[in-house]
Amino acid sequence: MGYVGNIMSTMTTIFEGMAVTFSHFFRTPYTIQYPDRMPVRIQDTLPYRYRGFLEVDLEICTGCLACERACPIDCIYIEARKDKETKQMILERFDIDLAKCMYCGLCSEPCPTGSIHHTREFEGADFSLESMVRRYVKVPVPAYKPKKAGEDDPAIVPILERGMRYVNEFATADSPGSKVVTPEEVDA
Amino acid sequence: MQAFLDSIAAGMEGVPHWLVYAVGMIAFGAIVVFGFILPVAGVTSWVERRVWARIQSRIGPNRVGPGGFLQWLADGLKNLLKEDVIPDAVDQPLFRLAPYVVVAGFVGAFVALPFAGSLIIADLNIGILYVTAVTSLVVVGILMAGWSSNNKWSMLGGIRSATQIICYEIPVGLSIFPVVLLSGTLSMQGIIASQGWAPQQWHMFHSPFLFAAFLMFFVGALAEGNRTPFDLPEAESELVAGFATEYSGMRSLLFFLAEWGNLYVIGALVTTLFMGGWQVPAFTGNTLVLTAAQFGTFFLKAYLWVFVAMWIRATLPRVRIDQLMSLCWKYMVPIGLVNLLGTAVMMVLVPEGSDVVRWVMLALALFVLLKFGLRVRYHLRRANYGRMGLGAARA
Repeated sequence: MGYVGNIMSTMTTIFEGMAVTFSHFFRTPYTIQYPDRMPVRIQDTLPYRYRGFLEVDLEICTGCLACERACPIDCIYIEARKDKETKQMILERFDIDLAKCMYCGLCSEPCPTGSIHHTREFEGADFSLESMVRRYVKVPVPAYKPKKAGEDDPAIVPILERGMRYVNEFATADSPGSKVVTPEEVDA
Repeated sequence: MQAFLDSIAAGMEGVPHWLVYAVGMIAFGAIVVFGFILPVAGVTSWVERRVWARIQSRIGPNRVGPGGFLQWLADGLKNLLKEDVIPDAVDQPLFRLAPYVVVAGFVGAFVALPFAGSLIIADLNIGILYVTAVTSLVVVGILMAGWSSNNKWSMLGGIRSATQIICYEIPVGLSIFPVVLLSGTLSMQGIIASQGWAPQQWHMFHSPFLFAAFLMFFVGALAEGNRTPFDLPEAESELVAGFATEYSGMRSLLFFLAEWGNLYVIGALVTTLFMGGWQVPAFTGNTLVLTAAQFGTFFLKAYLWVFVAMWIRATLPRVRIDQLMSLCWKYMVPIGLVNLLGTAVMMVLVPEGSDVVRWVMLALALFVLLKFGLRVRYHLRRANYGRMGLGAARA
């Protein structure tokens, strides 16, 4: 390229580049303004089986300690004793240290009623480790005892149904829980 | 301005003239610095970040105030409150002084910059010469900063800056000369007065020589202002932050203030020299309204070039130092000399200028703009086709 050719190619290439960048003023930015300007909460777009924070439904906890035994890093502490007179399990303490929890899901798999399960919440930044310990038992409560004829207490039925749904969704590979919920389905 | 102060001095018996002048000048300078330069430089920083962000498909600062408009205040306040670290090994007096020299260099330009027909601090009869001279003070400041930092990167940055600013003074000067030839004066108001409000009356469209001079002036001014693609002195990938490496807090901000304020100076100079300045049609007899309209016109024209500078920064990669030098000495200086000669010859042949040439130049410029719009539309459509193809594949 000669002298004039250099000048011409400088002009035309810069012209083209400027056109490309200018066209971006008319395109929508790709930025997602997380977390406060989302059209849908990000938690609501996650699959049902997402392994977020652990949660315990004390109403249907049988006090079997299966979760405590399953936990590979001992982040679950349960204290349960048998009442001598009524022969019933009393839950005195049920703590989960979310700071230790590694969200492996091993505790929720052996749970017979689906009482301990993951939620879709995952934002738990805090200023102290102590506040990451979730204490589910404030005052000692009797543990749940499955009835042979099926549950009939209207206050417990929906909780148990939800827990069992969770258990069943874990059961096999083609369980409904393996299905991924897309944002479009949440909107609909 | 001088007439205004004279009238005040005449009204105040027994007060010496120089005192009235001094107080008046300091008051007016303070108004311009705090009421115009600081807000403009600050808002420019916000606009620049938003413009880059949009070009990079981001959003940019949008949390402080409406659309993030007050981001510059937050950043300025933060930097004011930050610790001003002065490293042990630096040359203390020079290190402390350097940012102020840089700021003084660019603020000094505002003395001769017009804002409207009657709004100018001092309409010096050597206006444009004064501006080019006083903005060269920035080199001194940058070189001081680079040297006193006692740091190899800073030193390299300072030297690069000095090299580049001194080299580009020549093409910039050479592209000012044709304008001075045409208007027959160095005064900023005189240069503006020799143009009209209509585009074909601007110096820019006087002849092909003047249009080339206009392009060269803008490119050269970008190089003098250390702006991308000529920001070698603060090339992050090579020199950390160049001459500003060791600075922190407010001193560091002063360099950026000068950079963003300098953008407006570039825009104002381009507007004054080539784009008819504050000229508006005399649509009303009311002086106040007319002055406001003139100020608005001038500001918008100047800010257009500020925007173009941001847009260039988001588009073009940094040039190498040898490319920078070859652009200056092999291309801009010879073309500048040809421009000067061409303009002189043309003024001898057609002393009043040719209206045909003016209209043809304007039509060509409009054609280029139209072509540009079409290219932008092409790129938009291509982007959309891509998205449509993706959607089809998913379905």
